[in-house]
Amino acid sequence: MVSKKKKKYSSGEGAQFMTRKAALKKLQLSLKDFRRICILKGIYPREPRNRKRAQKGAGGIKTLYHTKDIKFLLHEPIIWKLRELKVYQQKIRRARAMREYKTMKKYLRDHPQINIDHIVKERYPTFVDALRDLDDCLTLCFLFSTFPSLKKVPRDQSMLCRRLTVEFMHAVIAAKALRKVFVSIKGYYYQVELEGQTITWIVPHHFSFQPQSKDEVDFKIMSTFVDFYTMMLGFVNFKLYHSLNLVYPPKLTSAFSADTDKDLIDEHVYVAERIAAMNMSLSRVEGANDAEELPEMDIFNTEDEDPQKLEEAKLEAEKVKKLKTMFKGLKFFINREVPREPLVFIIRCFGGEVSWDRDHFVGATFDESDESIAYHIVDRPSMDKQYLSRYYVQPQWVFDSVNARTLLPINQYLMGAVLPPHLSPFVDKTKDQVYIPPEERALNDPDFKPLDGNESGTDIEEASDEDKDDEEEADSEEDGDAEAALAKQYQQEVEEDSDSDEDDSVDPEKKKLAKEKKKAMAVTTGVPHKEHPYQKEIEDKQAFRLREKLVRKKHRNLYKSMKAGQEKRKKEIWLLRKKRRLHDEKVKEDKKAEKRKQKVQALEASA
Amino acid sequence: MPPFRSGLLKRKSGSKETKSSTTEKAPDQSDEGSGDEDLIPGELNGEDDATDSEHEDEGAATSDQEQDEVLFDDSADSTFGDDEQVDNESEASSELTDSEEESDDENEESGDENDDSSESVKSDEESVDSGAESAAAQTPSGVSDASDTEKKNPKQKSRKVKQSKAKSETTEASIDRLADTIRQTNVKTQPVEQKDEYESGDTSDEEDRRTTVGDVPMWWYNEYPHVGYDLDGRRLLRPPQRDHIDDFLKKCEDPDFWRTVRDPNTGQDVVLSKQDLELIRRLREGHVPDPTHDEYQPWIEWFSREVMATPLRAFPEHKRSFLPSRSEQQQIGRIVHALKMGWTKTRKQLAEERRKKREKKFYNLWGSTEADAAQRGLQRHIPAPRRALPGHAESYNPPPEYLLDKHEMKEWDKLSETPWKRKYTFLPTRHASLRAVPAYERFTRERFLRCLDLYLAPRAIKMRLTITANDLVPKLPSPRDLQPFPTTEVLQFKGHTGLVRSVDFDPSGQYIVSGGDDGTVRVWESSTGRCLRTLRVGEGEAGGEGVGVARVAWGPSEALALLGAAVGRRLLLLAPGAGVVPARVADRTDRLLEAAPPQHDVTVDARTASCAQWQHVAPHEWARGVRLALLHFKPVTHVSWHARGDYVCVTLAEGASRAVVVHQLSRRRSQLPFSRAKGLVQCALFHPTRPLIFVATQRVVRVYDLVKQELVRKLLTGAQWISNMAVHPGGDNLLVCSYDRKCIWFDLELSSKPYQTLRLHGGAVRSVAFHRRYPLFASAGDDTNIVVSHGMVYNDLLQNPLLVPLKQLRAGPRGAELCVLELRWHPAQPWLLAACADSTLRLYA
Repeated sequence: MVSKKKKKYSSGEGAQFMTRKAALKKLQLSLKDFRRICILKGIYPREPRNRKRAQKGAGGIKTLYHTKDIKFLLHEPIIWKLRELKVYQQKIRRARAMREYKTMKKYLRDHPQINIDHIVKERYPTFVDALRDLDDCLTLCFLFSTFPSLKKVPRDQSMLCRRLTVEFMHAVIAAKALRKVFVSIKGYYYQVELEGQTITWIVPHHFSFQPQSKDEVDFKIMSTFVDFYTMMLGFVNFKLYHSLNLVYPPKLTSAFSADTDKDLIDEHVYVAERIAAMNMSLSRVEGANDAEELPEMDIFNTEDEDPQKLEEAKLEAEKVKKLKTMFKGLKFFINREVPREPLVFIIRCFGGEVSWDRDHFVGATFDESDESIAYHIVDRPSMDKQYLSRYYVQPQWVFDSVNARTLLPINQYLMGAVLPPHLSPFVDKTKDQVYIPPEERALNDPDFKPLDGNESGTDIEEASDEDKDDEEEADSEEDGDAEAALAKQYQQEVEEDSDSDEDDSVDPEKKKLAKEKKKAMAVTTGVPHKEHPYQKEIEDKQAFRLREKLVRKKHRNLYKSMKAGQEKRKKEIWLLRKKRRLHDEKVKEDKKAEKRKQKVQALEASA
Repeated sequence: MPPFRSGLLKRKSGSKETKSSTTEKAPDQSDEGSGDEDLIPGELNGEDDATDSEHEDEGAATSDQEQDEVLFDDSADSTFGDDEQVDNESEASSELTDSEEESDDENEESGDENDDSSESVKSDEESVDSGAESAAAQTPSGVSDASDTEKKNPKQKSRKVKQSKAKSETTEASIDRLADTIRQTNVKTQPVEQKDEYESGDTSDEEDRRTTVGDVPMWWYNEYPHVGYDLDGRRLLRPPQRDHIDDFLKKCEDPDFWRTVRDPNTGQDVVLSKQDLELIRRLREGHVPDPTHDEYQPWIEWFSREVMATPLRAFPEHKRSFLPSRSEQQQIGRIVHALKMGWTKTRKQLAEERRKKREKKFYNLWGSTEADAAQRGLQRHIPAPRRALPGHAESYNPPPEYLLDKHEMKEWDKLSETPWKRKYTFLPTRHASLRAVPAYERFTRERFLRCLDLYLAPRAIKMRLTITANDLVPKLPSPRDLQPFPTTEVLQFKGHTGLVRSVDFDPSGQYIVSGGDDGTVRVWESSTGRCLRTLRVGEGEAGGEGVGVARVAWGPSEALALLGAAVGRRLLLLAPGAGVVPARVADRTDRLLEAAPPQHDVTVDARTASCAQWQHVAPHEWARGVRLALLHFKPVTHVSWHARGDYVCVTLAEGASRAVVVHQLSRRRSQLPFSRAKGLVQCALFHPTRPLIFVATQRVVRVYDLVKQELVRKLLTGAQWISNMAVHPGGDNLLVCSYDRKCIWFDLELSSKPYQTLRLHGGAVRSVAFHRRYPLFASAGDDTNIVVSHGMVYNDLLQNPLLVPLKQLRAGPRGAELCVLELRWHPAQPWLLAACADSTLRLYA
């Protein structure tokens, strides 16, 4: 018997993948519906190992899905819902065409909705899974909460986003989970830590919504995403509130109750309401103990763990604990020109009390005249009426303090002062080859003197500990030159030494004679052998350079590209450092010129 | 009163502006003001007008139709303005507000009319008739304003006809009464037109026509000469029809042609007046025809729930209106019961329910158990990578070094077409304060792109390297731990005048022999660098051009003081001379070599004989140190001794199958081990302990067993062109160097593939050498570095050799693209000797 010939692409990578067109055909869906279901179910194309085989020999680049993913979709009940929806849409269209507006209205009113609860559960089997994937969800929901009603974005969707985001922020406040904040030109970055997962999201600055051209942004797609994300965020909120012993849904201001007719209130009012809502405390579940503190971290003597690491972790936990109650007992007053939303959120997160001008916005809890206010946050160069009992600081102080995890000294942040740069807390300092601006270095290392002192840029460079490695590497790159230079230096030193011994002799002839005499006597004063100071390093470097040549052929390109990357990063750092130096020098020059000018003026005045 | 009359009146009142505005405005305003009552006096006036016009018509019997119209319009109004007003006032006072009484009212009016024109019997009849008509027509029109305006259209159409009818009704008395005044006005206003009127040949009969056919399609009369019947039942003849020429002529002559229309009922031409045109214009534009009509007058709610002091209507409310309806009560009761029972719901409740249903309900999706984690899900799910977190450059107030300077800004602008090549996706900007930070305009777009990435971008697991570059560099012991090895140059041996091609130590390491292009073989003392002896072997017998020494090699046997030197085609075996070797050894060597050993039974075949000849050494050569001389058919390139010192293997350049020749000194015999050429032989070496020979051709090294006379192994070097090789003293490892910058280590126990390929040099590698005692080897070539490496070979078969490059030694300057030509290790000390291209020997220790 001749065995049956195996069909090509019936196994292996050819059978694993499916083009989008084939998927559409298999699922009997339109592209629009397919897109929607892909977004809801989290199906995405896959990159095959061998594209040619995966495409069953077809050329070009096609969107490929796993066949198993598509089969998985095939069993999704929502597909039937989508098909029903199509029929329903046809009914509406028919009613419109027949001018049966009453029926059409009824159809529109009773438009069926797709329930996607089970998809949330399916995509995120555990709560932690959902938290891990919350970044995009939050960012998009916060963006949508600023949207007006658009053609492709139903109003209740953006309303729901508003509600859910405020609820989430409340949960963060209640859990004291905020860790880092950053004011970027794109918006406010917040990083929270919930259940051991770090979640980062962006809240855009005010007036972020701008009409977009059709080819720039397709709101329909985003709306589909938000459909899923609202569902997910709702469940996450519920679980969070549940775990925090809070009542869900929380009773917030009227703007967030669902049956409000205030849909049409304008953006400002809405924002004011939102901020006011954030300033309220939530009702707790009865019987829950309020002061639930994390127990002290125990140290387990496990063998695999490095004791130093454990110590570090403990320190970190201590710091976080301190951070959580950083603003506790402090009263903040936000002046009217300051963007309130981020500040209220942050201050409340760290246990502070906050209020604002009662006349301008709703929800203020205390007045400006309150003497117990500790910090008055202003964002204007000067103020007429100032209270002696409080500090007037600029809003950046709050952000920087949070990132530094202590209350920073306010002298740089006083009203009208030129602010120090606002640094990103997200830069990983543990990585090598990271440029650390002098300000940050000064924060970490109190001995370090940044530009304020008389030190110039070169001193700054020398002071850096981290740089040493880079420099060493730099040396290793430079071929032999540095080495030669070192050798030369050493030579010179040796020569100088020997010279110094014979400095007293003046006449060269005499010297010669003396030398000969000495030679004749054949006894010379012993010159102490001077160890070459960099000898060891030079040797090591040479050895390393030789060893470098033994990198396996398989890895040689990788090694080269890694080296090139290192080189590039080093260059970037060098460039930043140079720019900083130039800038500092310029500032110093300007200062000097200013001083000189003042002096001259004073002289002239006195004269 | 017929509606056409009111229309007529309006038209008239419009045209009267110049003459008697006061008189007209009163009726006009009353007309527009509120409905029914006001129309009545107007109509009455219209009646009067009609009578007036008839007077005039009688007077001007032969006037043209259109002309007549004009005249009539102009004249009649002016003359009867006063009368109208009087009438208006009297009527207004007498009128009632209720519309129901309108008809009566009108009848009365018509009665009045009759009184006015009571002088003739005929006219009496007529007017009564007309009054009845008008009343019938008026009743519907008087009901509301809207209906009134609607009906103005038909009114206008029928106006002319009725007018003519009215004319026929005129009486002689009225003519008499008014003739004078009309004439006067006519003469005053339009004397010329009057003249024209008479000139036209039309009869006045045509004008006072009125058909009684009723509302029948007029095309029924198409085939008859008449178009209907007048009131007396006489036929009304169709006026003469004009053909196109007539039309055209008329168009040319008549300035009013454009506003002349034909009345389908009578077939007469009617000229539209200015007011008519205005009316038409307003209708076309969709306005209310009456220009004085106010659409936005305040609405007075007469019938409201307010209880007025006086009732609007004259009868009391019905009892029903005070008592609650029983049936309604029952109905309501039923509904209330249904609501109570929950059978029905209010609309509000329904809407609420619908809203509730629509609202998303959240619950504890992830229950407390979380056990069913083994749910079905995506196969091999790849979570989407997170967005990169922002750096300092993205800050609203970044450190100054992150802001783009002028140069970077220029580059930024240059890349505006290809923004993805830019350094950042955003322009770092500094804002002095937080409130000055604007919205980021690409925010929505970026979110959208992220969404696209999430559902559209193909995902694949990509292994991220967690290693650093240094991890790729093999971990080797530090050179400091692998001492001793030569680190510095200690001696230079100068004396040669050309390239030093070759060097070698004597077996004890005390002396050095070197040979170079200057044709000399020199013997040096290795510890001092003193040249002990110079043998000029390259001068040749003919005393011609000298031949360089290609290779020197000290014989390994201590009992026999001989060194081989390859000079051109000859291989010379030299005695190093007195003082270099012990005299005893030298003597013995001389004695051994003085006389040729007896020829044995082995015959030398012709092939070998043609390849190499044992020459007799001439006495003068003997004196110079030559003990044995062999002449080959090709230049000798390589010489190597067997470990015992009895055999010398010689490699000839371009020797093909006879490239390798083995000479046995004791028997003075030569052998050609290979019968066929396997490539271009570079060099050949004896195995130190076993009867093997290594033959390096251009790309491969072959190992032959000399006893079994077979190929043992073929080593694939992977190099393009082998230059030299060296065998490890243990015999199991081979180092091959090549012109393409490689040193290739073979572990013969392991495989025929290279164990390791070292690329330590920047140029061709010309020489490699193993130390006999220390685990050291060195390689050198055309670059200026000599690399000393640690090459440890373990006795344990499981452990692979350890190769560690230890040190780069600087060789002399390069001459003629060459630098180091040969390397040799001291047999006992870790000293390295290099034959350099700058005619020196360098010793490193």
